[in-house]
Amino acid sequence: MRRDTNITYNIDWLILFIYSTLVIMGWLNIYASVYEGGTGMNIFDFSLNSGKQLIWIASTLIIFSIIMSIDFKFYESVSYLIYGLILFMLLFVLVFGTKVSGARSWFEIGSFFKIQPSEFAKFATALAIAKYASQPTFRFSNMSHLLTIFALILGPMLLILLQPDAGTALIFISFIIVFYREGLTPYVLIIGIFFVFLFILTMFIDQLYIILGIGLFTAIAIGFAEKTFKKAVGILIIAVMTLGVTLSFDYFQTNILKPHHQKRLMVLINPNSDPLGDGWNVTQSKIAIGSGRIWGKGFLQGTQTKFDFVPEQSTDFIFCTLGEELGWAGTSVVIIIFIVLILRIIYIAERQKSRFARVYGYGVASILFFHFTINIGMTIGLFPVIGIPLPFLSYGGSSLWGFSILLFILLKLDAHRMQILNR
Amino acid sequence: MNDHRKVFIRLSVVLVGLIFIIKLFTIQVLSDNYERAAEGNILQRIIEYPYRGLVYDRNGKLLVVNNPIYDLMVVPMEVKIKDTVSFCQLFNIDKETLIKKYQEVRNYSVIKPSVFIKQISNEDFARIQDKMIEFKGFYISARSVRDYPHTSLANAVGYVGEINKSQLDKDTTNFYRMGDYIGISGIESTYEKELRGTRGVKWKMVNVRGVEKGSFKDGQNDTLSVPGLDLMSTIDLDIQQYAESLLDGKVGSLVALQPATGEVVSIVSAPFYDPNMLSGREFSKNFKILSSDSLVPLFNRPIMAMYPPGSMFKIVQSLIALQEGVLNPDELIYSDGNLIGDLAPNGYYDLRKAIQYSSNNYFYRIFRRMINHGIDPNPFIDARYGVALWREYVSKFCLGVAPKIDIPNPKSGYVPTVSYYDRVYGENRWKFSNIYSLSIGQGETLVTPLQMANLAAIIANRGFYFMPHIIKSIGETGLPDSIYQVRNYVGIDSAHFIPVIDGMEEVIRNGSGRRAYLPDITVIGKTSTVENPHGEDHSGFMAFAPKEDPQIAIAVYVENSGWGGRAAASIASLVMEKYLTGEVKRKALEDYVLKGDFIY
Repeated sequence: MRRDTNITYNIDWLILFIYSTLVIMGWLNIYASVYEGGTGMNIFDFSLNSGKQLIWIASTLIIFSIIMSIDFKFYESVSYLIYGLILFMLLFVLVFGTKVSGARSWFEIGSFFKIQPSEFAKFATALAIAKYASQPTFRFSNMSHLLTIFALILGPMLLILLQPDAGTALIFISFIIVFYREGLTPYVLIIGIFFVFLFILTMFIDQLYIILGIGLFTAIAIGFAEKTFKKAVGILIIAVMTLGVTLSFDYFQTNILKPHHQKRLMVLINPNSDPLGDGWNVTQSKIAIGSGRIWGKGFLQGTQTKFDFVPEQSTDFIFCTLGEELGWAGTSVVIIIFIVLILRIIYIAERQKSRFARVYGYGVASILFFHFTINIGMTIGLFPVIGIPLPFLSYGGSSLWGFSILLFILLKLDAHRMQILNR
Repeated sequence: MNDHRKVFIRLSVVLVGLIFIIKLFTIQVLSDNYERAAEGNILQRIIEYPYRGLVYDRNGKLLVVNNPIYDLMVVPMEVKIKDTVSFCQLFNIDKETLIKKYQEVRNYSVIKPSVFIKQISNEDFARIQDKMIEFKGFYISARSVRDYPHTSLANAVGYVGEINKSQLDKDTTNFYRMGDYIGISGIESTYEKELRGTRGVKWKMVNVRGVEKGSFKDGQNDTLSVPGLDLMSTIDLDIQQYAESLLDGKVGSLVALQPATGEVVSIVSAPFYDPNMLSGREFSKNFKILSSDSLVPLFNRPIMAMYPPGSMFKIVQSLIALQEGVLNPDELIYSDGNLIGDLAPNGYYDLRKAIQYSSNNYFYRIFRRMINHGIDPNPFIDARYGVALWREYVSKFCLGVAPKIDIPNPKSGYVPTVSYYDRVYGENRWKFSNIYSLSIGQGETLVTPLQMANLAAIIANRGFYFMPHIIKSIGETGLPDSIYQVRNYVGIDSAHFIPVIDGMEEVIRNGSGRRAYLPDITVIGKTSTVENPHGEDHSGFMAFAPKEDPQIAIAVYVENSGWGGRAAASIASLVMEKYLTGEVKRKALEDYVLKGDFIY
């Protein structure tokens, strides 16, 4: 077995290449989305988002060097510390953070420098989960292990929900994919999907019909099942639980979910229900992307994004600029690049000898996959409008730093995979 | 166990990617709806309204101009009214109207500007301008409306107004849009095509707030607006205003023409109104007031009001009889009052004297010769030939046919036909004794004041006329329509006019038209006292002057003012004096007219 300590040899250049491609595409698209034409604008102008993003991109080189120069075992050993630190910051931001559009998610340091701790919670949680799951004794079948590992997700999730930033909080659900890979029973997934389905049903169908439906299914199930007392009781227990969940969903939707969240879900089903109000974002986003046709209007030639028909064009809706100016050709290429990236990360995760690195790798893949799915899904009307960025492409320092750190740590761990002894 | 999970996870990733690519294919490649929606988002079609052409009088004084006016535009998306009360006060509307209007424009478009309040006047604009900053989303857009600086000539210039549905349907050229302005009456309507100009279209790109972001495709689809053509009217504003002052407070008409050209120097419809009333924001209110006025000021009397011609018609009868050879002007005809009521004394009359004294019985006899031509021994059949022939002559005088003046809806008047009498009395059941009142211009015959002025012009020209018109030239070098440049002969030899004109000269010197006498200028005229079964007789008069080189031909009708020699002749004479000499010296006559108490 070859043990080359030269890090440049072992580093995964494909991932680094994809990373650079996406980041540069993002930078160009951010410029396109703020470009107003003809006024002698400059992509390097530091007062523009594109200029600022360039600073952030440049700074990722420093982050890369730092991460690569630190001993790879360091990350495993300080996982909990980082996680704890981030949890503290998430608490701290709730008290001292700056309120930006209704959410206390930001630390403002000076007037230029803003940092969003929730972006860093992603890699920190991935590290903590990897650390916990890599204990030799860890089993998903062990109830206390199971609860602990879920608690690791729920901690940052709840703190972020309190900001409130439901979109970012939602991302932490992606870790279920990691757990599934690591042996969590698929029933959790099935039940989860069932509950999501039930949740959507409660939004659109009167509670009464759902309760009647549950009753009907229960009756049929008891009728067809073997006529043992135990089975009947089991089915009844499931039915009662479902009922309870339904009622609590209903309570959640009417009393906890904010009206704008409800509307966003409604709009997803029928964007034309309110094309000028809550359907505006989805409608305009689809118009921008759709108007790009096959080849797009050309770089800097977009009109919908430039003339502000699309909201948040350089951050959450950056995909619209891409769709409008580069067309279906451009969007397909970006989607393929993302799929290749995620598959490559999974491949890398699978080739790790240490469980820590593998779990972490899956964490990286899952987070990117969720971001990719939800962000693009929302711009083309397949998901409700959830304000999360498209990794590496969207404007934003915290998000770029967060994703870069997430990815670079994996690259570092992977570069040293040969130094791990088989257990 | 984990192997198929690894595959499952990877497959899910690929599946999501595939779903996205397929969904994007349907949005971006299969459907062009989004592309069109995108253009709809950014493209704004801005109509550049051309200036409507101006109208000058014959001396270059402005009759019709354009005045700036302001529309309040709104872009609902940007609207922020902090204080609705002050908004309502500023624009003088109540809160309900505000809410209702706002809903309307919002329903039309949230991002496109729509008109919120139309036609804010210059004075209001000054008041509003400074406070606009308080009301986000509202803009002022300038346009122009018609303005009539001299407040004269209302019915002749007409007015412009918003195009209505039926006019819009009739517009096969697709020129007009809903809400456009169009000439509705008068010159504004006749010369609509010349005055309106050509609209320009600009395609602008706008952002989500409706703010302009430059031209679309560098303006290659844009067109410039072309202002309408200016018109020069034949009207002499000084004469017009003087004539209007004389007719003020009366009901009637005046038409003054240049016989040599057919140019209308003055055309008055009394009572008149200020044409500015029908321009701008108060249009609907004022239109209601004017159209419910019992004296119908919107009725363009000189071309639409029909009266019996009365004694003025005797001139036509004389000329026809002379041309037909049934009358020798020097023949003495004993005329006593037993055939028809008469103010002229019994005695021998030749044509000159008959005209001077307006002898009804003379013209009764002349007309009988015309009608009973002796073509057929049966007087019933003979009368048919006579009336048919007579009517042919009369039509050539532009009587019973509508003059083609360039003001909309001139009336033809009425000259009875053979078939008319057949209808009334039955075929071959009428003869001269049934129709004799035609001889003195009463009976069924009806004329408009314009036709009488034209008759005066025909006499002045000794046998022809130019179709009366009110526009001299169109555009920089333009001429009027070709129909206004040809002589229309009435089929009477010019020699026959000599005795007629001599007789009319005596009317002014020693007859009923003495009030129209001018010391240094020979005036030729004829009065009419038009029998009016509904009330006091109408006063009618036609004249031209000077005799040898006629400069002006005129006709005046004043309703319910009794003898033609009084109100009508006085007014006509004053206008002629003003036109021919530039000033009015006969102040006593002027006072008499202005006082306007003609019935005694």
